[in-house]
Amino acid sequence: MNKTVNPNELKPADDVGPLYAARKKVYPQSVSGTFRRIKWGLMAFCLGVYYFLPFVRWNRGLGAPSQAVLIDLPNSRFYFFFIELWPQEVYYFTGLLIVAAVALFLMNSIGGRIWCGYLCPQTVWTDLFYAVERLIEGDRRERMKKDKSSDPMKLERISEIVLKHSIWLMIAWWTGGAWVLYFNDAPTLVKELVTFQGPMLAYIWIGILTATTYLLAGFMREQVCTYMCPWPRIQAALTDEWALNVTYRYDRGEKRTSVKKAAELRALGQQVGDCVDCYQCVAVCPTGIDIRNGPQMECIQCGLCIDACDNVMTKIGRPKRLIGYDNDINIHRRQAGKAPIYRIVRPRTVVYSAIIAAVGGFMIYTLATRSLLDVNVLHDRNPVAVKLSDGSIRNAYTVRLLNKSGYDRVIAIDVEGPVNPTMHVVGIDSVTPDRPIIVIPRDATSELRLLVTAPAENNPEKSIPVRFHVMDIGLGVAASATDNFVAP
Amino acid sequence: MTDHSSDIDSVSGKSTTGHEWDGIKELNTPLPRWWVITFYLTIVWSIGYWIVYPAWPLIQSNTTGLFGYSSRADVAVELANLEKIRGDKMAALGTASLADIQKDPALLALARAKGKTVFGDNCAPCHGTGATGSKGYPNLNDDEWLWGGSLDQIMQTIQFGVRSGHAKTHEGQMLAFGKDGVLKGDEIVTAANYVRSLSGLSTRNGYDAAKGQKIFAENCAACHGDAGKGNQEMGAPDLTDKIWLYGSDEASLIETIGQGRAGVMPAWEGRLDPATIKAMAVYVHSLGGGK
Repeated sequence: MNKTVNPNELKPADDVGPLYAARKKVYPQSVSGTFRRIKWGLMAFCLGVYYFLPFVRWNRGLGAPSQAVLIDLPNSRFYFFFIELWPQEVYYFTGLLIVAAVALFLMNSIGGRIWCGYLCPQTVWTDLFYAVERLIEGDRRERMKKDKSSDPMKLERISEIVLKHSIWLMIAWWTGGAWVLYFNDAPTLVKELVTFQGPMLAYIWIGILTATTYLLAGFMREQVCTYMCPWPRIQAALTDEWALNVTYRYDRGEKRTSVKKAAELRALGQQVGDCVDCYQCVAVCPTGIDIRNGPQMECIQCGLCIDACDNVMTKIGRPKRLIGYDNDINIHRRQAGKAPIYRIVRPRTVVYSAIIAAVGGFMIYTLATRSLLDVNVLHDRNPVAVKLSDGSIRNAYTVRLLNKSGYDRVIAIDVEGPVNPTMHVVGIDSVTPDRPIIVIPRDATSELRLLVTAPAENNPEKSIPVRFHVMDIGLGVAASATDNFVAP
Repeated sequence: MTDHSSDIDSVSGKSTTGHEWDGIKELNTPLPRWWVITFYLTIVWSIGYWIVYPAWPLIQSNTTGLFGYSSRADVAVELANLEKIRGDKMAALGTASLADIQKDPALLALARAKGKTVFGDNCAPCHGTGATGSKGYPNLNDDEWLWGGSLDQIMQTIQFGVRSGHAKTHEGQMLAFGKDGVLKGDEIVTAANYVRSLSGLSTRNGYDAAKGQKIFAENCAACHGDAGKGNQEMGAPDLTDKIWLYGSDEASLIETIGQGRAGVMPAWEGRLDPATIKAMAVYVHSLGGGK
């Protein structure tokens, strides 16, 4: 619309009309082929992991949860196989999110919306719900006919609808059920849930996720991708001309005509396209678009149109992949009679890979070398210092010892800083008065009130840096924290 | 309502209200039906509140509502629930001896947490939120104790107070040697300087140490001891150390000797339950000065 229009020439029909576009219900047709098989496989894998992972056991020793993946909210611990994270280590999730985001960018610059088409939960569950629908109500044409029919419903049709929604709800319910298992010991919770003794919160969350799954996969479907999800907009800004996307090769497809006419024209030596306008690519599309209109925001790039088109091409004896993973550069190259080139290694993918490797490597390094013994020190604020009757100065500290390991630790505390300090831990009569010995239970923290006293005459400064060394006297592992020793 | 349908505005094709100003007519644009219905429904709904909840003021009280709801009763229930939750632990605190609390890390932590809260509510006005005290109000963090710094002694002081009027209270006071005419003005100055010399503080020029010692031995040693080391039985402070409740400068000491001192600490027995007092004693002891 580069032509300028005189506003006076506009007819009312040109600018009047709702911004709201009513949804056209999509009836994807069943299809078989390479990409459909990949999608079935990935669906089975993703759902399998999601539904059964909570039941995988992992031995962490006595008293520790034996679930491989567990988010233990009451005790604020996260367990992932051999990893156990405390709340203050939540930054590992930040790293994980950065890796996930950049991995998404990398996928996008290599093969377009791989995430959307194959891995996104919205796609996986919608695909599953469509499969159920197809199984019960029949394929595209039957479903369209049944929906259009204005005849009063017969028992058969009613039972179909009831059956479909029941299965949908069961899948949705299982989805919600699996979710809560990640937050509790799965076998125990399953037992409690089926005997109606589970915690109310579990039932509420199952209810919420049942509702969202049923709604998002059963009814909203492609609208989630088109209207709710930000990723289509973001990925449009991230893509480049080398990225492979599900593409209609118009260099090969145009002009479209029927099989018969095409044969006639070819016999006459004229240029004709391979596309026979059979609309199979449109029929199988789960978002209801025509891929031949070029790359579109609605397209989740699931590859089902590739399968549909390949099947037709095989039947009419033309080469496959009239629709395939391709890009404009190659279309133009082929039009110009050159061989296509595919460039997966380019600055963009190299940078993305480097970021993933750097962040991932850093995370693994920090995770592998993190200390399982830690100490935090907080100086008393009120009073900051106390003068004792003999004139010496005492400072009090709240010392928190963290034992992240699976065994009890015996800890000795040393203080370094003021001259001739003495140390006392409130509530503990240590056999070594100047070097308190404390036992911290496994996977726990101990908060101590620690008093450091030093004679004023040897410590004339107003504030002396003080360092607390804690050492596991059994294993020799040490940690330390710094604060200040203050005079009144 | 008047029927507006008869008067149609020729330009917009809508009905008008019939009001006209200088040939301009007001279009009739009523509120949407759904809006009006919702509005009336909210009025109807509000009647429900009158019935269910306390609503109308009466002369003596107010209507109580169908279920007798009261936010005060809610608070009472919440408090009762809180007591129930705390029940076992607080009971353990009540029965355990002070020494046992000191030995059990869990009980110690509970007592310190409880004690800290109670201290903030009851003791902080005089002793300060950090228990640092101020002039006339002892600092509870240090190791100087007028009435003893062991757990039992601290507990006793909190229970019965100091000069509180309670039958078991700590008694004993610093007499007003000047006001009561026991010592003359220059004798008070000499005594004040002698007291300063006990803890190594400077004395004024021309001060007679022998006279000071004599005054001290005759008037002060009965409570503070011959060496000025104090006596916790009578709440007499140690005059040889570095801690001064009312100040160590000469003027403060002259005032103390001349006017006397008799600070009061209320008795907490009866105001707070035994478990709470115990928790407070443990907390004060754990501040660092406890013996």
